[in-house]
Amino acid sequence: MLPFKKTKALEQKIDNFLDLILKSSLVLEAAVKSYLKSNMEDFNIRIEEITKIEHEADKDRKYVETELYTYSLMPESRGDVLGLLENLDKIIDTSKEVLYNFLIETPKIPDEFKKGYVELTEQTTKSVENLVLAARAYFVSSLMVKDYITKVEFYESEVDKITTTLRTNIFRSESLKLSEKQHLRFFTHTIERISDMAEDVSERISISVIKRSI
Amino acid sequence: MFFIFLTSGLFLGWSLGANDAANIYGTAVGSKMVKFRTAAILASVFILLGAVIGGAGAAHTLGKLGSVNAIAGSFTVAFAAALTVAWMTKLKLPVSTSQSVVGAIIGWNFFSNSVTDYNSLTKIMLSWLASPILAATISVIMFKMMQKMIEKSSVHIITQDMFTRLGLIIFGAFASYSLGANNIANVMGVFVDVSPFKDISFYGLFKLTNIQILFAFGGIAIGVGVFTYSKKVMMTVGDGLVKLSPIAALIVVLSQAIVLFLFSSEGLEHWLYTHGLPTIPLVPVSSSQTVIGAVIGIGLAKGGRNIQYKTLGRIASGWVSTPLIAGIVSFTTLFFIQNVFQQEVYTPVRYKLTQSGLSKINNKLLKNEKIKKSLDKIIDKNFENSIALKNELSKNVKNYNLVLKLIAQSRIYKIKVDYPKLIDIPDLNYNKAQLKGIKRINGNTYDYKWQLYEDLSKSKPWKLKKKSIENKLYNKSLKKRLNFLYHTFKIKN
Repeated sequence: MLPFKKTKALEQKIDNFLDLILKSSLVLEAAVKSYLKSNMEDFNIRIEEITKIEHEADKDRKYVETELYTYSLMPESRGDVLGLLENLDKIIDTSKEVLYNFLIETPKIPDEFKKGYVELTEQTTKSVENLVLAARAYFVSSLMVKDYITKVEFYESEVDKITTTLRTNIFRSESLKLSEKQHLRFFTHTIERISDMAEDVSERISISVIKRSI
Repeated sequence: MFFIFLTSGLFLGWSLGANDAANIYGTAVGSKMVKFRTAAILASVFILLGAVIGGAGAAHTLGKLGSVNAIAGSFTVAFAAALTVAWMTKLKLPVSTSQSVVGAIIGWNFFSNSVTDYNSLTKIMLSWLASPILAATISVIMFKMMQKMIEKSSVHIITQDMFTRLGLIIFGAFASYSLGANNIANVMGVFVDVSPFKDISFYGLFKLTNIQILFAFGGIAIGVGVFTYSKKVMMTVGDGLVKLSPIAALIVVLSQAIVLFLFSSEGLEHWLYTHGLPTIPLVPVSSSQTVIGAVIGIGLAKGGRNIQYKTLGRIASGWVSTPLIAGIVSFTTLFFIQNVFQQEVYTPVRYKLTQSGLSKINNKLLKNEKIKKSLDKIIDKNFENSIALKNELSKNVKNYNLVLKLIAQSRIYKIKVDYPKLIDIPDLNYNKAQLKGIKRINGNTYDYKWQLYEDLSKSKPWKLKKKSIENKLYNKSLKKRLNFLYHTFKIKN
C-alpha cells in the first residue's frame, strides 16, 4: 500500500501536470499575439517555453503512470485517469505543433484578419482553462465538474462560430490568392483543433464521473 | 481416537474457510483493491482470534438445539454438514455453513429419537431472515452517508483510494474476527460436549480453556481453507456476482462486520442487558446471506434497478434446501456409521418423570384436573427416548413450552459430586462460598440435573435469582457454571 507521504506527492504531481496544461494554453495565446504583432523575439521565447512545458508534462505523466501501476492504485478508475492524462497531454503537444507551424511556415496574415485570429486564440484558451478546472474538480469528486464542462462546450462553439466567420471572410477576400487563402484556412483549422480536443476530453471526464459514482 | 473423529470438524472448518471467508474479502480482492495474500493472511489470523476469544457466545444456542452426545455422532454430523457445503459450493449453489450444520443436527435428532427444541430452531431461523435484512439496511444507510460525505469533503481520489484500501483491510479484519466468533460454533459446536482437552496455561501469561483449544483447532482449519481454496470463490463473489465500486465494497464489508458482530458479541449482549434493552440472540448466522443482503442494500440505495430478483429467489430457496439436504445426508450417514462401522453415534438417554420432579415445576396448567390425571398415569414410567415421552405428553398437554419443560425434568442424568475433580481445573474462578457449597454435597449422587441443583441451591451463592431484567445476566452466568458442574460430575449409568 502507498504510504501517506507518497500519496500526497502523487497528488502534487497530478496538480502540477494540470498547471502545465493551463500554462501551455496561456503561452499559446501570448505567442500567437506576438506573432501577429510581428514581435518575433517574444515569439521565439514562447516557443522555448512551450517546449520546456511539454517536456516537463511528459515527465510528470510518466511518473504518475508508473506509480499508479506499481502500487496498483485505483484499479477501478486507473484506466480513466491515465486516459485523461494522456489526452490532456495531447493538448500541449498540439499547442506546440501550432506554434512550430507558425515558426516554419510564417503565414502572412493581413491586418483585416488579425482580430479574428486573436479572438480565435482567446476563446480556445478559455476552453482549455475550463477543461483544466473540470479535470481538477474530477480529481476531488466535486459537483463543479458539470459547470466547467458546460463552459468548455460553450467556448468550443464560440470557436466554431469565429472560425466560420473568419474562413468566410478569408475566402470572400479579393486581394488574396487562392494559395494564400488556403494557407490561412489551415491556420484557423490548426488552432480550432485545440478547442475540439478540449471538448473531447471534457466528454471523457463526464463519462468517468458517472462511472466513478459509488 | 478423538483426533480421527475431529477430522470431520476440520473438514467443515476447511469448507467454511473456503466458502465463507471468501465473502468477507471477496469484494475487496475481486476489485483488486487488496491482494489475495494480504486478505488471506488477515482473514486467517483474525478468524482464529475471533474463534478463540469470542467464540463462546453463539456456541450455546446451537447446543440447545440438540446436544450430540457421542463422539462418532459428532463426527458424522460435522461430516454431513461439510459434505453438503463442499458439494453445494462445487455445484455453485448458494450455501451457508450455519444452515448446513443446523440441518445436520436436526438429522441427528431424528436419528436418535430426540426432541428438537423448536423454540431454539425458530430463534435461529428468524436470525437467518434478520441478518440479510439488517445488512441491507445498514448498507443503504451507509451508502447514502458516504455519498454525501464524498461530495462535501473534496478529498483527492488518490487519498480516497488510500483510505478505501485501509478501510477494506481494517473492516475486513473486524469482519473476520466476528466471523470467527460467530461461526466457530458451527464448526466445533458439536464437539464441545465430547472434547477431551484440558485447560492449559501458558507460563501464567494467558490461559486457554478446553473449549478455546478446540476452537483454535477449528480456527486453524478455517485458515487452511482460506489459503487453499478461497481465491476462486473470492473472484466469483467479487467479480462474477455483482460489480461493485471500491467504496461500495467497503460498505459491504463494514455492514457484514457489524451484523456478524451483533450476532456474536457477548460484550454487546451484556451492555444491552444492563441498559434494559432487548438483546440480540447470539446465534451463528450465515456470512453468505449477510454479504448478499449488503450487496442488495447497495442496489436499493442506487435506486433498485440492478437487483437480480432471480438470484434473490435462489438464495431464499437455499434457506429450505440446505438444511433439508444436510439433514438427509446426516441421517443417512449416521445410519451407515452405526450399522456398517458399528460405532455408537448417540448415547441413549432415558426419561422418567417422578412425583418430586413434577412438583418442582411451577406452572398454572398443572393445576388443571385433566392434565394432572394424565400426568399421574406416566409417573415413574420409563421412556426409551424423548420422542416417546413427547408423544405421550402431547396427547393431553397442548402447551409446547410446558412439554419441553416436562421432558427436561424427566431426563435421567446420573451425577456423582466429586469435589477433588474441581481442584485440578485451572482458571476455575469460583469464589469461596461457591466452593464451600459444592464441598457440602461432596460424594452425593443424583439421578437428575434438577436434583443436584435443588441440593446445591440450599447454599445461597448457587441459587438462581427471580426472573427479571436485572437478574438475567446473573442467572445466565450461574447457569453456565451449573452446566459445567453437570458436565464435570456426570457418570455412566
